[in-house]
Amino acid sequence: MRAVFILAGLVALASMPLLLPSYQLGIASEILIFSVLAMSVNLLAGYAGRTPLCHGAIFGTSTYVVIIAAAAGVPVWAACLLGVAAAGGLSVVFGIIAVRTSGVYFLLLTLALGLIIWGICLRWTGVTGGENGLRGDLRQGWLADSQRLYWLILVVGAVLTFAMWRLVRSPFGLTLRAIKDSPSRMAALGHDVPAHLFAAFVASGLFAGAAGALYALFNDFVSPTTVALPQSVEGLLMAIVGGVGNILGGLVGAFVLIALEQFVSAYTERWLSVLGLTAIAIMLFAPQGLLGLLQRKSQ
Amino acid sequence: MLGFQLLNGLTFAALLFVVASGFTLVFGLLRIVNLAHGALYLLGGYVAYEVGGRSGSFAAGVVAAMVAVALAGLALDRGLLRFVKGQDLRQVLLTVGVGLVLNDLFLVIWGGDAFTVPTPEALQGAAVVMGVFYPKYRLFVLLAGVAIFVLLWLVMNRTRYGALIRAGVDDAEMLSATGVDQGRLFVITFMLGSALAGLGGAMGGAFLSLYPGADAEILVFSLAVVIIGGRGSLEGAAIGALLIGLLNTFGQVWFPELSYFVVFGPMALLLAFRPYGLFGRAA
Repeated sequence: MRAVFILAGLVALASMPLLLPSYQLGIASEILIFSVLAMSVNLLAGYAGRTPLCHGAIFGTSTYVVIIAAAAGVPVWAACLLGVAAAGGLSVVFGIIAVRTSGVYFLLLTLALGLIIWGICLRWTGVTGGENGLRGDLRQGWLADSQRLYWLILVVGAVLTFAMWRLVRSPFGLTLRAIKDSPSRMAALGHDVPAHLFAAFVASGLFAGAAGALYALFNDFVSPTTVALPQSVEGLLMAIVGGVGNILGGLVGAFVLIALEQFVSAYTERWLSVLGLTAIAIMLFAPQGLLGLLQRKSQ
Repeated sequence: MLGFQLLNGLTFAALLFVVASGFTLVFGLLRIVNLAHGALYLLGGYVAYEVGGRSGSFAAGVVAAMVAVALAGLALDRGLLRFVKGQDLRQVLLTVGVGLVLNDLFLVIWGGDAFTVPTPEALQGAAVVMGVFYPKYRLFVLLAGVAIFVLLWLVMNRTRYGALIRAGVDDAEMLSATGVDQGRLFVITFMLGSALAGLGGAMGGAFLSLYPGADAEILVFSLAVVIIGGRGSLEGAAIGALLIGLLNTFGQVWFPELSYFVVFGPMALLLAFRPYGLFGRAA
């Protein structure tokens, strides 16, 4: 039964380019990209019990690397792989530093680490273009067509989602969930808790990096905003709105937040205020996400 | 030249200490990571700019900034944080939201231009220190930073209120079991921490300028100071501020584009060995 639903969902998503005008198709592409980011955050927050605030920076680092590498003459597909690899390398460094802490301290550390990346992108003008950012030259030839790009994002996004879905259902994912519930018990049972958390962190960073590489193809432009704190907050909020501990919820969260952004931007320029108020409202009234809220209402 | 840069580093460290001490007090006692702290700093700066500019008195601007930001802290604590008491992740994201809203609000009110808080005449011009001409105002910031450290140290170590805070940082549950009214202690501390952010904004707004984004910059440095020093430690904040202030100044002189690596590389290295900072313990 579930297979039928998923298949129907995929068919619906795949038929979007035939139904939507190009502007709305762009928004749909963005939703798909950010749902991958939200899922990668969820991998850590929902399954390993470590809530990160650095995923915007990891995501954006990949975007930067893809655009810089492509400008240096690297083929686009190789540039994307380089971007994901850079995100992985960054996650290794962040992971080593952060996994020994937990709770609010973990959040604080990852936040500081993410802000450092933002500062570097802002100040290292020679490489990153500083505040002006960098315009890429990626949307050429096959990628110039927005319908094809959407299908590419959909296929890659579906594969990544499937990979994450398998990961959280694997023995590794089960161990992570047990660590979330009680790290000390898992350590006493002989599991290497830090190693599991580290692996989860790096895996999550790689997925965020893949989303960042897709974003480079889609946006063809990168600036410090892409690695700034609101990006990390947005990724985390999407994961929370969709429901922490529910991988597919990322799609719901990304849809809700991006739709809200589009809607609000039509009337006012105060998107950051709305994002802030949304964060406040969710934390006060629906910390379990929309699905959690609905479940609670129905009980 | 070296003396000049050294003084630059020390004055920046003094400012960082003022801002970070407020953060670490609240983080230490209330377990609240207040990510709106940077926005509170900026609010203090703007209030000092408005009041100081209109009244012509720098002191009035500073006092107004401290009072206004302490009240903003009170509103934040009683109006929002109260409802998510004891749930640290929800608190953090709530303050992130508040920070975003405040920033956007500042952009509406003060626009994207950079402002500087006007300094009193007595603090304008330069004085000769250690053989170099140095702006008097920055020397004042340095002295004020040291004075505030001494004052806070005395409060923390020589008064009943300070003893309660230290006890709360070590073991909040035990403290409440002894019958201490924690609610009041928490509110006062939150207001004190906010007032320090406001004071920092007024002090810093006179030599670093105030602009949208200044809050994020000061927040990064304050976070680094608190992370290096350890949760709730005043001495840690002082050492962290000195380290970050000096590294940042010399990093900017020697490796202008890569100063962030110079500042935060040592922090990352320290964390690899002491994940909770120099004087910190797990929360």
